[in-house]
Amino acid sequence: MSQTISEPTERAVQDQSNGPRMSDDQALEALRTMQLIREFESRTMQAYQRAKIGGFCHIYTGQEACAVGTIMSLEKTDPVVTAYRDHGHALARGMHPSACMAEMFGKLAGCAKGKGGSMHMFDRPNHLYGGHGIVGAQTPLGLGLAFACRYQLDVMGSGEKRVALCYLGDGALGQGAFYEALNLATLFSTPVIYVLENNGYSMGTALKRHAANADRLVDRAEAFGVRGVEMDGLDVMSLYEQFRPVVDDCRERQVPAFVDLKTYRYQGHSMSDPQKYRTKDEVEQYKEKDSIARLASQLMTPKDDGGRGILSEDDWSAMQKEIKDLVKEAMDFAEEAEAPGESELTTDVYANPQPNLSPQSVYGHGVKNPLL
Amino acid sequence: MTQRTLVGAINNALDIALETDPEVVILGEDVGINGGVFRVTEGLAAKHGRHRVQNTPLDESGIMGAAIGLAMAGMKAVPEIQFEGFLGPAYDQLVNHAARFRTRTRSAITIPLTVRVPVGGGIHAPELHSDSPEAIYAHHPGLKVVMPCTPYDAKGLLLSAINDPDPVVFFEPKRAYRSFKEEVPDEAYTIPIGEAKVVSDGDDLTVVTWGASVFQCLEAIDNQPDDVNIELIDLRTIYPYDLDTIAESVEKTGRCVIVHEAPRTAGMGAEISAAIQERCFLHLEAPVQRVTGFDTVMPYYKLELEYLPDAERIGKGISECLAY
Repeated sequence: MSQTISEPTERAVQDQSNGPRMSDDQALEALRTMQLIREFESRTMQAYQRAKIGGFCHIYTGQEACAVGTIMSLEKTDPVVTAYRDHGHALARGMHPSACMAEMFGKLAGCAKGKGGSMHMFDRPNHLYGGHGIVGAQTPLGLGLAFACRYQLDVMGSGEKRVALCYLGDGALGQGAFYEALNLATLFSTPVIYVLENNGYSMGTALKRHAANADRLVDRAEAFGVRGVEMDGLDVMSLYEQFRPVVDDCRERQVPAFVDLKTYRYQGHSMSDPQKYRTKDEVEQYKEKDSIARLASQLMTPKDDGGRGILSEDDWSAMQKEIKDLVKEAMDFAEEAEAPGESELTTDVYANPQPNLSPQSVYGHGVKNPLL
Repeated sequence: MTQRTLVGAINNALDIALETDPEVVILGEDVGINGGVFRVTEGLAAKHGRHRVQNTPLDESGIMGAAIGLAMAGMKAVPEIQFEGFLGPAYDQLVNHAARFRTRTRSAITIPLTVRVPVGGGIHAPELHSDSPEAIYAHHPGLKVVMPCTPYDAKGLLLSAINDPDPVVFFEPKRAYRSFKEEVPDEAYTIPIGEAKVVSDGDDLTVVTWGASVFQCLEAIDNQPDDVNIELIDLRTIYPYDLDTIAESVEKTGRCVIVHEAPRTAGMGAEISAAIQERCFLHLEAPVQRVTGFDTVMPYYKLELEYLPDAERIGKGISECLAY
């Protein structure tokens, strides 16, 4: 083989925690949501392997701290948009696990009536604007959502100061749309925060092989006058403490920002990834820095030893058990939910029914002989 | 001769092209170590070197633009776009550049480009990963559009496409990628672009189709009574399409059913149907029938098989056309 397996990227992170400390309640909530995502994803993999979920399926395991630490820094009405590895964001934003699982099963009770599937999680009441399948294509959408926030406040005089969160993977750094969006973000002075979930791989291509000047990704944002910050995406408490001030600043001044979160995905790009591009050792090295194990340990360690001392072994087991049951319920719900009927083929294409859409009326029967 | 799948035959054609022509360069997302999203380029980077099987970032516009630049300089670029839906970001480069440079430069600069794109539904993937946009690209003068469905045809057409002096969009039906094997010669051979294949002979009715729908049509034809003889035409090239073969058949049978996965309105079926009535009007015994996908976004997998023309719907179309 003419290419060598890449080494783990160096993950130097600036230490600049200066925001509010995560409260004990918040820390427990973060642990609970991260564990919910992990359990949900492990069930998702099982369901996929049993052919209950169709198409492509991208697992979030390993990156839980990213969605949880950032979304915790938001207000409920701040819009969020992400790419296709989106189950974690949906759950962190408040989507019920049953609606999320049913969507992947293609059932009517899914968040989009089973029409979007794994890559297209939408939840308007929770201000989640997708789930998008084309790499990088969500980045101008984030800009537009932030533009709307500002316009509605400044021009229409409605609402409060809001920020939009737009996630992208490091693979999206190759797409031109992202740089068009960064340019507009500064030109229009829009409160959009681009959260780079930098898991080190663009599908099967390591960061250093797909991104020039990979050690200084923040320079890309700063070239457009967008403030760029690097953070450790594996430690949810420090992430929150650094990210929250960025949100507050963007909200207050209505300006954009770019945050490079160093993280890692334990599974392949999708469920059908042979993962020839990395070693098992590398994956194991990252699992040793697991964000959930780290947070649980921080919460269980007594205060005198530098931890929070707010979680016992039994509490943690009980929490895991409760989440396991919740996700099991979601699986059962998705399994038993009603499948869409043929008539669903022609709904939700236009506001009003159009001729020629119906499988029953036209296409099935074709041209009739008027003489017969 | 070797038994090969569609994937295997395409891999073999690319291997031959790289082996025999130093101007051939493959580029695309993960085409190197991983062998591309469907493993079509598996082993080629190891054998021919990573500069000839060039991994790229996720950057369809950049991939297409760079491939066109290579072609402008006289190279034979063979970019891979992972799914037909991902042609979106590359559309500008393909349509506004590649398709037009021969005209724009009065043939001073030409674009020997072969864009390989997996296409179509039937693998339980969602929209953007299951669409059939062949009519969109057939509508752009300057592009050729090819969609073989058998390993033998794919190898011959791919080698023709790579050696074609103009840009070719080479659609590969995902549903047929690994569905069966057939004998494929090990040596190089070509199948001309623009020639349809008569898959089965018949006097009663002509079925015109392409891509994975060929196999659904074969099943529908098998289900017909023994005394009904149907001529099945695999179009193979969507543009320039082989109207002569279609017209010759329809003049013989007087009846035609066109089958495609893409939505009906403004699909290739509309074009072919119009051309048949222009050319064969006095031979027609019945209106030309279309059995197609619906005018909807490709549905998620639960309804995928309701959307795609299957043997039952095709059979119904055939019966209607015969009964007219």
